[in-house]
Amino acid sequence: MSAQNRIKGHGQLSLAKTINFTFDGTTYQGLEGDTLASALLANGVHLAGRSFKYHRPRGILSAGPEEPNALVNIARDSTRSQPNIRATVQELYDGLTAESQNRWPSLAFDFSAINDGLAPFFPAGFYYKTFKWPPKAWDKLYEPIIRAAAGLGKSPAEADPDRYANRYAHCDVLIAGGGIAGLTAALAAAKAGKKIILCDENPNFGGAILYDNALEIDGLSATEWVEKAVAELAALENVRLLTRTTAFGYYAQNFVALAERVTEHMAEPDPALPRERLWQVRAKEVILATGAIERHLVFADNDRPGIMLASAAQKYLNQYGVAIGANVGVFTACDSAWAAAFDLKKAGVNIAAIVDLRDNPPLELQEKAQTCGIRILRGYTVTKTSGRLRVQSISVQPINGGTVEQIRVDALLNSAGWTPSVHLFSQSRGKLKWHQDRDLFLPDIYVQDCISIGACNGTFDENELIAEAQAAGNATRKKAKAIRIENQSSWAGNAIGAAPGAGPSDNVKAFVDFQNDVTAKDIRLAVREGMHSIEHVKRFTTTGMATDQGKLSNMHGLAIAAEQLGKNLPDVGLTTFRAPYTPVTFSTIANHARGPLFDPTRKTPMHQWAVDKGAVFEDVGPWKRAWYFPKAGEDMHAAVNRECVAVRKKAGIFDATTLGKIEITGPDAAEFLNRLYTNPWTKLGVGRCRYGIMCREDGFIYDDGVIGRITDDRFHVTTTTGGAPRVMNHMEDYLQTEFTDLDVHLTSTSEQWAVIAVQGPLAREIIEPLVEGIDLSHEAMPHMSVREGKICGVPTRLFRMSFTGEMGFEINVPADYGESVWQAVYAQGEPRGLTPYGTEAMHVLRAEKGYIIVGQDTDGTVTPHDAGLSWAIGKAKPDFVGKRGMRRPDLVAEGRRQLVGLRTKNPKVVLEEGAQIVATPGQTVPPAIPPAIPMKMIGFVTSSYWSEALGHSIALALVEDGHSLEGDTLYVPMEDRTIEVEVSGCVFYDLDGGRLNGKN
Amino acid sequence: MLLIHCPYCEEERPEVEFAGAGEAHIDRPKDMNAMSDAEFEKFFFIRDNPKGVNYERWRHIHGCGRFFNAARDTVSDKFLTTYKSGEKKPEVATQKPVQGAKK
Repeated sequence: MSAQNRIKGHGQLSLAKTINFTFDGTTYQGLEGDTLASALLANGVHLAGRSFKYHRPRGILSAGPEEPNALVNIARDSTRSQPNIRATVQELYDGLTAESQNRWPSLAFDFSAINDGLAPFFPAGFYYKTFKWPPKAWDKLYEPIIRAAAGLGKSPAEADPDRYANRYAHCDVLIAGGGIAGLTAALAAAKAGKKIILCDENPNFGGAILYDNALEIDGLSATEWVEKAVAELAALENVRLLTRTTAFGYYAQNFVALAERVTEHMAEPDPALPRERLWQVRAKEVILATGAIERHLVFADNDRPGIMLASAAQKYLNQYGVAIGANVGVFTACDSAWAAAFDLKKAGVNIAAIVDLRDNPPLELQEKAQTCGIRILRGYTVTKTSGRLRVQSISVQPINGGTVEQIRVDALLNSAGWTPSVHLFSQSRGKLKWHQDRDLFLPDIYVQDCISIGACNGTFDENELIAEAQAAGNATRKKAKAIRIENQSSWAGNAIGAAPGAGPSDNVKAFVDFQNDVTAKDIRLAVREGMHSIEHVKRFTTTGMATDQGKLSNMHGLAIAAEQLGKNLPDVGLTTFRAPYTPVTFSTIANHARGPLFDPTRKTPMHQWAVDKGAVFEDVGPWKRAWYFPKAGEDMHAAVNRECVAVRKKAGIFDATTLGKIEITGPDAAEFLNRLYTNPWTKLGVGRCRYGIMCREDGFIYDDGVIGRITDDRFHVTTTTGGAPRVMNHMEDYLQTEFTDLDVHLTSTSEQWAVIAVQGPLAREIIEPLVEGIDLSHEAMPHMSVREGKICGVPTRLFRMSFTGEMGFEINVPADYGESVWQAVYAQGEPRGLTPYGTEAMHVLRAEKGYIIVGQDTDGTVTPHDAGLSWAIGKAKPDFVGKRGMRRPDLVAEGRRQLVGLRTKNPKVVLEEGAQIVATPGQTVPPAIPPAIPMKMIGFVTSSYWSEALGHSIALALVEDGHSLEGDTLYVPMEDRTIEVEVSGCVFYDLDGGRLNGKN
Repeated sequence: MLLIHCPYCEEERPEVEFAGAGEAHIDRPKDMNAMSDAEFEKFFFIRDNPKGVNYERWRHIHGCGRFFNAARDTVSDKFLTTYKSGEKKPEVATQKPVQGAKK
């Protein structure tokens, strides 16, 4: 199809550079440099979408990011399908495929448009009121139906295949917006030698002056001046120019986020380029030159396709060479719409009439209109429009009443004046001030190092704007070279709220928010129903809550609410502007943090060996730990039983690398441990180990681990896997800020050591042939000792210790040797039955011995005494962290939950971890009605396993006064039964601990 | 994201390098055992939550690792000053916002 509305000799595009695109299956021709919207209009297509609630036909309203109507789906292929793209900012490329949204079966005939006829039944708050009863119908009936009908566009079903980039940048001055103000400020700042980033959301710098054909700057046309300014800036090394880049978020300390659309405009995106780039900019100073957005007028049926903002029509003509109609009406309260009308007239478009709400628009505009032969209707309003898929006529009437006249049009420009874009200023937490004389909210109180210039600061006069921009850009405040402005057009005049004819007494549909279908009537209704704050009005009507965030509607909504409340506009309040300024894709925000890079995992040096052995892994904090090693045909239960038996009967090998490790050195190392752990350390001999408990000041267990004394002034401390970072932080905190008298150094060595635990009766004979320089005999190296020597020729810290209850060793070797030493030990032991075991078997083995796991058997409210570890408290020590806390009244009172063992009366029953415990049988759990006896929970199960070694289940539990209940029967009520249990000590296996020493 | 001046590194670094560590200028008593329950409660549990200047501890955990103190305005989130741990609490006033654009 040829583009019938393209006017030769107008616009800045080359007619020779044609490209094809499709919209709803029809192929059209556009020009290089078009937006999708300008290309559609060139082909006479105004109808671009259906509204959200009433499914009314909607046209292209604007020519910028504020567009509420023309939202389309653009798909390059099935993985690159994006909904809700504003046709007014999407640049055209060859082969672009766009589909309209929110219609069925077609845009011109949409079944759901029946909603429009039913509109009297769908006022604001309709959903809240109608779908209230009966309550059960909400889940099953109302919500599914409403959800199916709601929503704009469809999100793509497949994963995003593209790459997104992230970049940090620092600069002296970040300038958001590259119109005349931004460019002028950039020139001034650049000449002052500052490092600058200038960004603009459009493909070209220049902003609103690009479509101002009358304006002359220093004797140049606006486009020539912009070209010169950009060339000048581009040549400077201290300037970075970013187009297609939206400053969308303004955060603390001048941290501004920019989204750069790198390839969205390309027919064939360069695979070397990211699709979008997130810039995180830290600027010493931010200059906001974000311009202003023209408001529509609120009048009856103001949403018909063909009704458009005046500035948009002017832009389509002067930038894209597109006439939006052949017989155009103008309805305005602002001077700038007159300039648009003059430009259209000059291009051969008939202007049916200029309807101005004002009685006395500027005389010079009236004279010019008369000269061009344009009919002027002063003090008139538009009371009605007609036309289903395109506006056909407007009805005009004097504001004071009188004859209604119908005027035929095929498009209608309208303008209620300009709203400064204060979004970023507000995001910076700046406070706005209402200027009653101009009906504008303008920046007032600044809390960050930023400054607003130009239209976003309410400075519409170009001469004032230039002075403001030069002053902002040039910190030295030297007088800048004057810039000469001629033939500027006026932006004076505005209307806010409903236009005459759409007031409280008129029963008309005058849209305030196009995207969410909110009319002036809806806002009045909200106020009448008791919504007196704009925040409530907003939520009740959903005005300003669509994807355009009320860029056009907010001020009208406020004004109508204020009128209905009989208040001044600023007293109604202003909703908060929030980031992002315009929609930003999830992909840009998520950026590289996808898939394996979303949350990095930690793996031990022996990880691959376990993978090769078929281990099943579990996540422990950021670590991947081998959970169990199933053999063919084994389930988890069978594998864990086999692994446990192997450790008890022969030997097992276990990867303990993930335990935290801290090297504590210095002359006061032992005293430091005395103060940080509950145990005494002074008398611990070199080469010996001790199980230590760390508390916080409140007396609760914080961490535990085995600590070995390597030399007099060097300790090897181990922590829990998950606790390693916080224990290190806790130690550093005390060392740096409280115990500054101690000469101690702390080094995290968690990453330096790989740890191979070999546990079981055969442990010693398996490793003995590999070890050099250490006597492994029981006499020379008893339980809880540490030696330094070599294993497989590699330096080792060899611990004789056990977390299984069997005789065992933990071989620490430098991490790089971890896998090879592991393999050597495994090769040595496998013929004798050495079996790899995972964390689940480890848990069973330690529970059989009553060894606690901090965080599983304790929860941050358990004292060492509660856990049965009073023996580990150095009572003779004058002070340690937690000593005073343990004497707190609540911690010494009766009724504390204490750690005990539980044996089920039926040995085969394994309790559920977390199950609650009661003292009296017959107590029932809901939903049994009525409960026989009100339930009193006296504790809960913390650990529970099947013990293959013992042939019965075992459990640990925290129970009120549990230490005095040994032998008592308690009850674990479950949903379907009550389980009887007997309280026991925590140790179930090898009660005298002989096996630790290779006996029993 | 905030920028925080580390008094040990003597430069501003991004917030992600730091970890907050609670209220500043609470000294662990020399003789903990002599504390009454009420004193312990005040020392361990009771914290200020001012609107305005808050004295708080930070650690440059992914940098030099040192703990230091800061005065931060809880209204504007602005760091008014940072100083080494052990130094005296400085008197700082809340910064006043600037009225009107700088013209």
